[in-house]
Amino acid sequence: MSDRITGLIVAVLALAFAAGASQLEEPFFADPLGPKAFPLLISAVAFLAGASMVMRPDAEPAWPGLATLMRLAVAMVILVAYAYALKPLGFLVPTAIASAALSYQIRPRAVQSVIIGLALAGGLFVIFKYVLGLGLFALPRWLMG
Amino acid sequence: MELFANLALGFSVALTPETLALAVVGCILGTMIGALPGLGPSNGVAILIPLAFSFGLDATHSLVLMTAVYYGAMYGGRISSILLNIPGDEPAMMTTLDGYPMAKAGRAGDALVLSGVASFVGAFLATIGLMLLAPVLARVAFMFGPAEYFALYLLAFCTLGGLGSNNQAKAAISVCLGLGIAMIGVDKSTGLTRFTGGSLHLFDGVDFLVAIVGLFAVAEVFVFIESHGRDSAIGVKLEKIRIPVKDIMNSGWTMLRGTAIGFVAGLLPGAGASLGSFLAYMLEKSTARDKSTFGTGEPKGVAAPEAGNNAAAGGALVPMLTLGVPGSGTTAVLLALLMTLNITPGPLLFTERPEVVWGLIASLLIANVVLLILNVPLVRVFSRILQVPAAVLLPGVTMISFVGIYSLSGSYFDLLLMIGFGVLGYALRKMSIPAVPVILGILLGGHMEVSLRRAMVLSDGDWTYLFASPISIGLWIAAVAGFILPLFLRPYLRTPVQVTPDDDSGRDRG
Repeated sequence: MSDRITGLIVAVLALAFAAGASQLEEPFFADPLGPKAFPLLISAVAFLAGASMVMRPDAEPAWPGLATLMRLAVAMVILVAYAYALKPLGFLVPTAIASAALSYQIRPRAVQSVIIGLALAGGLFVIFKYVLGLGLFALPRWLMG
Repeated sequence: MELFANLALGFSVALTPETLALAVVGCILGTMIGALPGLGPSNGVAILIPLAFSFGLDATHSLVLMTAVYYGAMYGGRISSILLNIPGDEPAMMTTLDGYPMAKAGRAGDALVLSGVASFVGAFLATIGLMLLAPVLARVAFMFGPAEYFALYLLAFCTLGGLGSNNQAKAAISVCLGLGIAMIGVDKSTGLTRFTGGSLHLFDGVDFLVAIVGLFAVAEVFVFIESHGRDSAIGVKLEKIRIPVKDIMNSGWTMLRGTAIGFVAGLLPGAGASLGSFLAYMLEKSTARDKSTFGTGEPKGVAAPEAGNNAAAGGALVPMLTLGVPGSGTTAVLLALLMTLNITPGPLLFTERPEVVWGLIASLLIANVVLLILNVPLVRVFSRILQVPAAVLLPGVTMISFVGIYSLSGSYFDLLLMIGFGVLGYALRKMSIPAVPVILGILLGGHMEVSLRRAMVLSDGDWTYLFASPISIGLWIAAVAGFILPLFLRPYLRTPVQVTPDDDSGRDRG
């Protein structure tokens, strides 16, 4: 079933891509092929491949259960939050929190995760800042003056 | 004589203290990365590339560092295969077949030393092959026009897709996904923006480093969380390390055969190291007098794939350097590195930047000797790496990827895009859709389109021009064969591989 659904999504995306390509303006000085042809070619191949997946699906892959999906979703939220926090909050605090949280996701032991988070944040900061010489801010910039 | 002059130039670059130090550091890092279960050469190189940029290294130095990491990871991959029965990545999979049984039978040290020697033979001879063959191919490549290049890119996609996946449709989807992403941004010929959805962030297109780190490194984090971290503990105890002289002598021809077949597999654009180790193992098994020992701890079954995959690693550098078409996933990542450094791989590289090419080749020869020293007497040190728990390793890898990408662009958008690619990479892996063609598509899509459009300009829109020269006809035939033949050969090729029932640990990787 997963293959059929994916194949269908691919086929629809290919059509959307083709539609997007055909909307492109053709400038008057374009080469014989223009900017549309190659994207259209790609979408044709993708459509055929998607359709063939719908017709001849493989065996169902082993999807994770609900609990694992939740853990994956949480991991993704952590990563997104980390991406947003890195600039305003500096390196140390977001890295310590994010790596402790990820570590907890892999092995749910609270104290161990906190220690790993703190150690990784400190250790990586020293490596990045002083060994590799990256321009990282340890703490929020308003605190650093 | 030209060869010796070139080599002298190469060694004059490679023997500077700085280059030498980078080669050694790369070898150590690479072996460590390769040894860690789950982190293969492509992941390792992908994670380290952004950091290499932050160093501010010049082209030769970055290339030396990253190829040393690449070679090191190819060597190191065997350590977790042999001790844990978990291949670091797909090329190391064949080594589990006899390596792990050997280790279980109390010969872990012998298997590690033998495979280290086989890796050295494969990689060293392949580097010499690279040295001899690349300049010749570079000369042939001068005969390539846009039509030939278009056919060559097609060949790369077809062989990579055809051999890298069990399902041709899925391989094609993966290629199209990469090519489609490559279309995002400003069209170089007309200056029009395409598929950006009006977002300013996408005007420059999708940075392939962001895609690579997302698809390889971030996706790996999700896989680890799902598998609950597969706690890394030494599976097999390592006894005293000694040199198994008898096994090495007995496997001499095996290593040479493995090297030859691996090198040729590496040369095929897109096919790469997995094919090299697979073919080397199958050849050895099919020509052996007693086939029944294979899969039960046969030393030749360890030597052959290790020589094969390391030789393929060297072979894969030939098309990458001479034609700009990578032969494997990791060389695709290296190609991204070159392009970001404003070096265009191709025949001109050999005449315009000889110090880059020959400095690299000389460094590789040196790196192999360093790797032999690291991987035979010091193998015990590196096998300790397997004890790093996943709960430390994975957050560490994630943070390195984030900081690497962040230090390059400093934009949230790229980090979010990277996470998006991570989710995509996870989903692709679950669906058994290969991720490497996506990368190759992003890397080569622009060039492929430009070649096609130039060919059409030259021929004034005549499609038959694409099949007009003997070289392009040959490439088209090879491309079609590379895509279709595996369909027919797979039943014969793949069945004998599943000889060990407990070899399911590597099934979800690749």
